[in-house]
Amino acid sequence: MRRVTPILALSALMLSTPSLSQVNEDDWRVEVESFLLGTYSVRTAGEPPAGPEGREFLLAEERLRLDLTLWTDAIDAEARLKLDALHDAVSRDFDVDLREAYLDYSTGTLDFRLGRQIATWGVGDFLFINDVFPKDWVSFFSGRPLEYLKLGVDSARVRYSNSALNLELMVMPRFKPDTLPTPRRFFLHDEFVGVAERIQILPDSGFDDPEFALRLYRRIAGFDISAYAYRGYWRSPGQLANDPDMPTQVTQFFPALSVYGISAQGQAMGGILSLEGGYYDSRDDKTGDNPAIANSQVRFLVGYQKQLLDNFTIGVQYYTEIMMDFDNYRQALLASGVPRKKYRDIVTLGLTRFLKHKTWTLSLFAFYSPAEQDYLLQPQLHYRVSDNFSTTLGANVFGGEKPTTFFGQFDRNDNLYLTLRYDF
Amino acid sequence: MNSNVRRTTLAVLLGWVAIIASSAVLPQSAEPVSLSADEIMERSQRAYYFAGEDAKGRLTMELIDRQGNTRRRVLTMLRRNQESAGQQKYFMYFHEPGDLRRLTFMIWKYPGRDDDRWIYVPAIDLIRRIAAEDKYSSFVGSDFSYEDVSGRDVSEDTHSILGEEMLADRDVFVVESIPRASAAFTRRVSWIDKESFLPLKEEFYDAQNQLQRIFTASIIEDVAAGEGDDRRIYPTIMKRAMKNVRTGHRTEVTVVSVSYDLGLQDDDFSERRMRRPPRAWTR
Repeated sequence: MRRVTPILALSALMLSTPSLSQVNEDDWRVEVESFLLGTYSVRTAGEPPAGPEGREFLLAEERLRLDLTLWTDAIDAEARLKLDALHDAVSRDFDVDLREAYLDYSTGTLDFRLGRQIATWGVGDFLFINDVFPKDWVSFFSGRPLEYLKLGVDSARVRYSNSALNLELMVMPRFKPDTLPTPRRFFLHDEFVGVAERIQILPDSGFDDPEFALRLYRRIAGFDISAYAYRGYWRSPGQLANDPDMPTQVTQFFPALSVYGISAQGQAMGGILSLEGGYYDSRDDKTGDNPAIANSQVRFLVGYQKQLLDNFTIGVQYYTEIMMDFDNYRQALLASGVPRKKYRDIVTLGLTRFLKHKTWTLSLFAFYSPAEQDYLLQPQLHYRVSDNFSTTLGANVFGGEKPTTFFGQFDRNDNLYLTLRYDF
Repeated sequence: MNSNVRRTTLAVLLGWVAIIASSAVLPQSAEPVSLSADEIMERSQRAYYFAGEDAKGRLTMELIDRQGNTRRRVLTMLRRNQESAGQQKYFMYFHEPGDLRRLTFMIWKYPGRDDDRWIYVPAIDLIRRIAAEDKYSSFVGSDFSYEDVSGRDVSEDTHSILGEEMLADRDVFVVESIPRASAAFTRRVSWIDKESFLPLKEEFYDAQNQLQRIFTASIIEDVAAGEGDDRRIYPTIMKRAMKNVRTGHRTEVTVVSVSYDLGLQDDDFSERRMRRPPRAWTR
């Protein structure tokens, strides 16, 4: 960590006096942290897709992270900027990815955070019910490190902390969708294959009609209990063709959604038990008979994590989502559409083993859906060469009975990736 | 005056007489008379893990492998002894290395049952519970386990005094501890300083009764808290090391700064502080 404090340095040179150090109290100080990250993900399932970014490499990029923190002793405030300057060898682009940029201010029992920020709620591992914030599934499926699964959202957040009840409220005036794989770079199931013209319409949220996310939490009987409410939009789009029989244009839109849920996490049976549930109210399709809009759902998750041996942890989860208006959905389904089951469930298994003083981490995360009979396997080997330099070798292995299910559609995107990270 | 009160008053008076008489007759001694092994370990536990009402320290951990390759962790650690006996809360904030920077751990310790533990992963703003059985696992890759860092209940082992000797010019008790239930070691021998009750050396043995790890405290300093009549002195281990005899790997911990009795509050050990630790803790 480098602290660039010009006035402090100057005052030291001038043989600082009490009055000078008094002045320093009001100085703004800057901390700069950086890393270089290379991620190279090569396809292992044959020919690349036909899309304009379909290449042997699913991902080949270098990122230079600049992480600036500006702070002062005068008030309890901090400004933070995290951005990546990146070179993408697959799209042959240079770009800037503004990961987070926010102002923090605390007073009494309140903490404020204003600006682009990452938030993570809920107790699932890679399974989300009450985490209603945008995610980057392309990162997750092609080998970027964990932090890139989450996208910053432009938001005003306030947290109230009290021993009786804690509260967190996020107001999001700019909707950000999930980043999902597209045919440009991925093989996937496309309901409207061959339709070149795609229009994406983002919700007109703005400051008049922002998204709200609320979390209330406290400890009850040794468990961390949270209750959640969200009013906003689905982050993966509904799709509508201009002409169902001969579509020439597909419009992607983000239907209205409210989510109400609870979660609990605590010790049980020598491990950590996690429970989470939520009701997804698909407000633009209350009756569930619009095939372009996802049905209302109930989602539930139970997870258990335990240490089997020293430095070896196992975690299992069961997740299910149930359509609320399944009959209406079936009746309204277009002839061309692929019917989904009323239930979609996922079982996950996570294994983590630390070796050689945590310089080596061997892990496996596996998803399997009994309902859709598809899977994703993510084995990973992480090696910390030194405090500054680490490298990861991993794979994403997709498969399934059908090419239309969530993981099954990515079957031909299996990849092997290598990441290199240097901190300075 | 009823008879109960009269009897109590008499007992107190007699007690005083006994104390005054004994101090006049018996030679003064630095070491308390005939402590049991359990008492020694209790006092050692208090001196090492419970000193003061609370404490805040900045530590440097150097992880050194057999070849001499060194990795460094810098962290701030806060501890508060809870009102309920034996309960403690711990908070740790990582300054270095870069990929652990701003990561925080929180531990709520309870005597006789599993701790509550949380981790905060700053990159994705995530708070997660971690399994308490992790206590024998390596603490951030060091030769210290989580248990070594935050202490082990004295009642989990049976203790016996092996003897008294001199270690590096200090009078020490040598105490053997055998875990009652399966643990990370099968036998531990501790050299406890008779004056400060801090452990100066510990040897950990494995199931084959082979020496596994050696703990040494090389620098002890008196750290003062409070002023005037309220001034208290806490002998503190400023430099300690744990060496894994089998792998040749060792970890050296240096206390860069430490202070006691800061008046930390119960709600300083909260989700709020994990997400946004005060500057005073992290600078």
